[in-house]
Amino acid sequence: MKGTSKNRFEKEKWFLEVTSERRIKMSNGRYGDFGGQYIPETLMNEIHKLEEAYERFSKDPEFIAELDKLNREYAGRPSLLYYADKMTKDLGGAKIYFKREDLNHTGSHKINNVLGQCLLAKKMGKTRIIAETGAGQHGVAAATAAALMGLECEIFMGKEDTVRQALNVYRMELLGAKVNPVTTGTMTLKDAVNEAMRDWTTRVDDTLYVLGSVMGPHPFPMIVRDFQSVISKEAREQILELEGKLPTAVMACVGGGSNAMGMFYNFINDKDVRLIGCEAAGRGVDTGETAATIATGTLGIFHGMKSLFCQNEYGQIAPVYSISAGLDYPGIGPEHAHLHEIGRAEYVPVTDDEAVAAFEYIARTEGIICAIESAHAVAHLMKIAPKMNKDDVIICCLSGRGDKDVAAIARYRGIDLHE
Amino acid sequence: MSNRIAKAFENKKAFIGFLTAGDPTYEASYNNIMALVKAGADLIEIGIPFSDPIAEGPVIQEADVRALKEGMTTDKAFELAARVRSETDIPLVFMTYLNPVFKYGYERFFGKCAEIGVDGLICPDMPFEEKAEADVIAKKHGVSIISMIAPTSEARIKAIAESAEGFLYIVSSLGVTGVRSEIKTDLAGIMESVKKYARVPAAIGFGISTPEQAERMAQLADGVIVGSGIVRLVEKHGENAADEIYKYVKSLSDAAHK
Repeated sequence: MKGTSKNRFEKEKWFLEVTSERRIKMSNGRYGDFGGQYIPETLMNEIHKLEEAYERFSKDPEFIAELDKLNREYAGRPSLLYYADKMTKDLGGAKIYFKREDLNHTGSHKINNVLGQCLLAKKMGKTRIIAETGAGQHGVAAATAAALMGLECEIFMGKEDTVRQALNVYRMELLGAKVNPVTTGTMTLKDAVNEAMRDWTTRVDDTLYVLGSVMGPHPFPMIVRDFQSVISKEAREQILELEGKLPTAVMACVGGGSNAMGMFYNFINDKDVRLIGCEAAGRGVDTGETAATIATGTLGIFHGMKSLFCQNEYGQIAPVYSISAGLDYPGIGPEHAHLHEIGRAEYVPVTDDEAVAAFEYIARTEGIICAIESAHAVAHLMKIAPKMNKDDVIICCLSGRGDKDVAAIARYRGIDLHE
Repeated sequence: MSNRIAKAFENKKAFIGFLTAGDPTYEASYNNIMALVKAGADLIEIGIPFSDPIAEGPVIQEADVRALKEGMTTDKAFELAARVRSETDIPLVFMTYLNPVFKYGYERFFGKCAEIGVDGLICPDMPFEEKAEADVIAKKHGVSIISMIAPTSEARIKAIAESAEGFLYIVSSLGVTGVRSEIKTDLAGIMESVKKYARVPAAIGFGISTPEQAERMAQLADGVIVGSGIVRLVEKHGENAADEIYKYVKSLSDAAHK
């Protein structure tokens, strides 16, 4: 029988476990050939300081306890693992569970990472954070954590995205953040990352760049993965308790890949569990209007990492397209590229049309309005669940809630609705 | 190691000018480069435009946009460099980001540099730790990878300076490229430690745009690099910037050579 103090210890131990047993062997920030630190010299010392600080604090019991408290009492963790009975019956195959990251404070999985990184920023003596955002979910989460911890916060967001996600811009401003619309390049997520990096080179002393996904130079892919791995840590325990066995597959949408990495991580060593990432195919992988990096990208070096990127023959980064501002990114995190290369994870493209249909289906069937990003995973779930047996179990990560997308989906359906 | 680069610094302070290939057109960028040569530049940096130049300020970002819109490619940048090389023996280095080089193929890229007579490569997103995979191939072809030292480099200066080839690019200020009214970094201190370890000359760049700044920086280092200040003239005068560039660069190189 477990006592309360033992439970408490068990709960706090997860992070230490994650950081002490690296499940994929990594050298110098590499996952196989992917990863690395391809950034301007001006940032190199700072990124090494971040590595050292993370190494130290990720093993510090006080840091771990503080983060755990924030996760439980502020973010609302653990998130629910919800059995979708109606969808299971309607699709007539595998048992379907949703990992409800949409129910977290701020409405997405992004809070898991920003609480960790902002706490780290505080410990490092930083007084200011900067962040990029696409859909605005990471920006809102970063602004939230900054407000909570008393850090100055500036968000970089492609101008195009500030229009698509106007409500989130106002949310960030309400939270005390300054939102800088980025007018260079394609005016979307990649340009927001460019601008955040440029800003960081001007103010390395007092500023931490709180990167929102498992991308960028080492140690960001590792740090973000570790903080997000709470998703699969909980999901694995929850499914073992509910089903008494591991799932057949876990799945998530992939842009840079943070919720997917969080959903995959603690299942990587469970060789029989399929890991499925759902990329945004936009209008289709053959149309040129797509953001499906695994399907259409090639090996490159950009945004601090060697990974797969949508680019032309001369290595110019391609403009990408997806209905979802959060998946509208021309690259993918290096650990995903590695999992793809070694065949451990599968990546599939999902079109705008399929995602919108899934967005509507899960709303009607389960009463859940999920983010359009998450709907990409739901769409693929709808394809594979019917082909599986009743003994099969799928966990699909609902990375965020869809309030922010309602107006855009209405317009997609030809209804002239504005926020 | 390139003799041409070493010669640029022989018995004088070197003035280094930057222009983006294909900005605003292929022809105009050729004329502008030749204006730099005539105005007394000792080394030319030719930018191969990149879609996402994260170390550049607005002026060079815009130049990249203009050049890419005009259809500039890595192959055409090689053509341009070859044409310049056929006219002059001035040292030429490419400045671009690592992805265009990586995607072109290190072997193919550096092989072509050697064939044409491009002496070096500057990649702001290839720090010391990530240099090895390209460097080994560049060395084979006798092309120098130019290393950068920043105001934040501190203890890294030793390792970077010791292994530097061609010349060292000393970044004057935090942040991105662009014109600055004031440079606050302790460059004398940085130069002191650079000189302790480096076998190659060191030139200061980022933020320099006036003859006064050029003169002052030339006193501190072995050379001075000006980019945005020149590119600004292309922005202003479009395809007919060569005369203005000549006048401006003449004033800068005269100041650096004082």
